[in-house]
Amino acid sequence: MNFGLTKSQQLFQQMIREFAEKEVKPLAAEVDDTERFPMETVEKMAKLGLFGIYIPKNYGGAGGDHIMYSIAVEELSRVCATTGVILSAHTSLCMSPIWEFGTEEQKQKYLPKLASGEWIGAFGLTEPNAGTDAAGQQTTAVEDGDDYIINGSKIFITNAGPAHVYVVATMTDKSLGNKGITTFIVEAGTPGFSIGKKEHKLGIRGSATCELIFENCRVPKTNMLGKMGEGFKVAMKTLDGGRIGIASQALGIAQGAMDETVKYTKERKQFGRSISAFQNTQFQMADLETKVQAARLLVRQAAWKQDQHMPFSADAAMGKLFAAETAMEVTTKAVQFHGGYGYTREYPVERMMRDAKITEIYEGTSEVQRMVIAAKLFK
Amino acid sequence: MKIVVCIKQVPDTTVIKINPVTGTLIRDGVPSIMNPDDKGGLEMALQLKDQYGAHVTVITMGPPQADAILREAYAMGADEAILLTGREFGGADTLATSHTIAAALKNLEYDLIIAGRQALDGDTAQVGPQIAEHLGLPQISYVAGLEYKDGKFIVKKETEEGYQMLEVAGPVLLTALASGFKARYMNVAGIVDAFDKPVAVWGVDKVNLPLEMLGLKGSGTRVYKSFTKGVKAAGEVHEVDAEQAVGLIVSKLKEKFII
Repeated sequence: MNFGLTKSQQLFQQMIREFAEKEVKPLAAEVDDTERFPMETVEKMAKLGLFGIYIPKNYGGAGGDHIMYSIAVEELSRVCATTGVILSAHTSLCMSPIWEFGTEEQKQKYLPKLASGEWIGAFGLTEPNAGTDAAGQQTTAVEDGDDYIINGSKIFITNAGPAHVYVVATMTDKSLGNKGITTFIVEAGTPGFSIGKKEHKLGIRGSATCELIFENCRVPKTNMLGKMGEGFKVAMKTLDGGRIGIASQALGIAQGAMDETVKYTKERKQFGRSISAFQNTQFQMADLETKVQAARLLVRQAAWKQDQHMPFSADAAMGKLFAAETAMEVTTKAVQFHGGYGYTREYPVERMMRDAKITEIYEGTSEVQRMVIAAKLFK
Repeated sequence: MKIVVCIKQVPDTTVIKINPVTGTLIRDGVPSIMNPDDKGGLEMALQLKDQYGAHVTVITMGPPQADAILREAYAMGADEAILLTGREFGGADTLATSHTIAAALKNLEYDLIIAGRQALDGDTAQVGPQIAEHLGLPQISYVAGLEYKDGKFIVKKETEEGYQMLEVAGPVLLTALASGFKARYMNVAGIVDAFDKPVAVWGVDKVNLPLEMLGLKGSGTRVYKSFTKGVKAAGEVHEVDAEQAVGLIVSKLKEKFII
């Protein structure tokens, strides 16, 4: 049994940590404040090959692994959760299903541009009336000659707008429920496809979260991702991998809040000594540190199982559930440790607290994670 | 173009502490990094490679764990890596180090040798220039910018007053300033491949020098004592306007017999 990172993973961690500190952290407060998509960071990340970490080299990726990907999202989110989710949605939700379910032609067409970061990816599943209950899809795709015609809308879509490629779930046969769902690859600029309202959010405010609108949007049959009626499977498999990404984001947010709080409590003096010298601080921080480390082990284990081609669905759900709830707890307490200062935008912990909340909601709420874990337990 | 970059693994002195009693570095838990000026030198080489095409070899003298910075160099874009290591090389000062590296470089072909200006741990800025002397090469130190035109290097050398622009044909040795060459990050594919690439390990057999010229034996200097500077007395703060400040400074300088 080996809990250590390989030499390549350690070197990768060294690089991404330095990149996050020097290139991402200085922009984090401003990106949050102005709700601005950090395109300049995306371009820098693309240059380093961060948009195709675990995609094989023959498809233009870096040929790394899911543990590296998890480390990347963690380290970026440690300083800026917005940047973390841009990478996570692109990698787990768009590139991954194309790699796993795409035809050779689809892989050749899309993966090199996505892996190089020339194109950004997004994923559309959620609708006003279909979130946790995916079978409630109202977006339809109807066969018409060599094409399908898509009508409907998707909401809360991460990377929508800046993205060039969208993996979209549609209903091709309502009578079949989950088995009537089919996914398609839709490119930005396809006639009938437009980006709707941009959401103004509590956290991850620099991440683009928009509505997708399809009005008689015609896509060729060759853009069907996976087989007809296989969309639910595509979506569920995609979300399994996505959960490792979001669990890593939550872990990074928690670690970032820990780092800030250790620094602050050592500097802040009350009653003639640093507040880190009080046992109340020490005991609470010890508990939080233990939870962060436990979350890291769960997340890394899920990523490792994915690398080993072992089933990891419940592991990813446990990692995401625990990391997200830990992130919420750590950031809330971090604000408390910072006192009045923590409530202001002078310090990053209030941003981290706002950012943490979404990790309990998207890519399956904490309740959905419990459903996934329980389903395995009682099968 | 063939370029050799001399790099060194050093303790990250931005996080290092000194034991106040013994005066020695506390190295426990201190990360080892590629010396920043050397990293700037590697960046200089990689920029030439990007623009004109070049084969970039990195070489380091150090213990086996110095392998880490060679892997980092591979991940940044170096083509070949050499680790010069052996007990005979241990305890070397700048003279013995430069003799050893210069002798090793005789095994290689080069149009350009690059070294960092100075290392974080020793801060001597001597090894690069000494290598050039041993090899009989022209040298330009404190290089903050570089172009390559019509077979010649156009070198921007930093001085205390400003910059000198110099033109030189290879082979030549340049010492680089980290401030002049913002080092690129390792790229992900490079990291994935870095540990699959071979690192040539060279021992004393690759260095055609008598043993007396190597390591501690070949060192002309000995460290007599190292210590941390004592804390200075607290300064004085005077909140005065500019004119009064001038008078105050002049009187203080006179008081200390400086003027």
